[in-house]
Amino acid sequence: MIVFASTLPEHSNDGYVAAAYIVFFALILIYVTIMSIRLGRVERKVRELSAQEREHPEGTRKEREVV
Amino acid sequence: MRSPSLRALSISTVAAFCVALSLVFFYAPIEAEEGFLQKIFYLHVPLAIVTLSGFVIGGLMAIAHLRTRDQRWDLRSYVVIHMSLILGVAVLVTGSIWARASWGHWWVWNEPTLVSFLIVFLLYATYQPLRFAIEDPERQARYASVFAITAGAFVPLNFIAVRLSASFVHPRVLGSSSNLPGPMMLTFLVSLGAMALLFATLCSYELAAKRTRILLKARSRILGFQ
Repeated sequence: MIVFASTLPEHSNDGYVAAAYIVFFALILIYVTIMSIRLGRVERKVRELSAQEREHPEGTRKEREVV
Repeated sequence: MRSPSLRALSISTVAAFCVALSLVFFYAPIEAEEGFLQKIFYLHVPLAIVTLSGFVIGGLMAIAHLRTRDQRWDLRSYVVIHMSLILGVAVLVTGSIWARASWGHWWVWNEPTLVSFLIVFLLYATYQPLRFAIEDPERQARYASVFAITAGAFVPLNFIAVRLSASFVHPRVLGSSSNLPGPMMLTFLVSLGAMALLFATLCSYELAAKRTRILLKARSRILGFQ
């Protein structure tokens, strides 16, 4: 790969190319971060729900019967 | 949520991007007219193709929803359009960066390709407000599907209209007049494949997250915790 690196030029437009790629990867990174925060929230809710289910098994059973 | 198929998809996306970036910067030759700046097109054009395809796919999924009344199709259509909108932002930004470097302007209003993409983007930007303005879930899904089909049909028509228009200031990567040399075409196709994989991965994660939230909500209701 380094052998082929000779195709990299010394060019005045390097900054624009770098900016385009950085913007793209930054956007994806921001999106993935938001996704992981939301996923963390869902996981917390699952834990809360499981804990509540363990604490009130009777209430849960009654609700199931009603449904 | 973290299924083996999702993990495999994520790993193949990362691998595809590594290969694509290596080809872009170490293999593809420098274009004679644009110079190094042309490297933006290996990002910008696949992004635009995947985004516009996403809008059309969203419309096709909406058709499947209206035909079958299966809510899963509506969810898929929503996720695909949502993801296309996010990638659409990247298309506009990378395109503007290229325009600034090449034309000296961030935006050119008399360029049909740019303006038509902006129109499509703004059209789809109204999808979510329209969707969430309706409270009844069934009506929401139905109206959103009608919107997705109408807008999805507009995308190829818009594309054809732009292609038929007289001005060809915007460079063409693919088409009858384009003769990309082999290494450039290979790099472009690998970049396109990597972008398509990224789109599929992000859509899969978003779908899995949405399904989990729906299941969680339903379970909370059943257990009487909400």
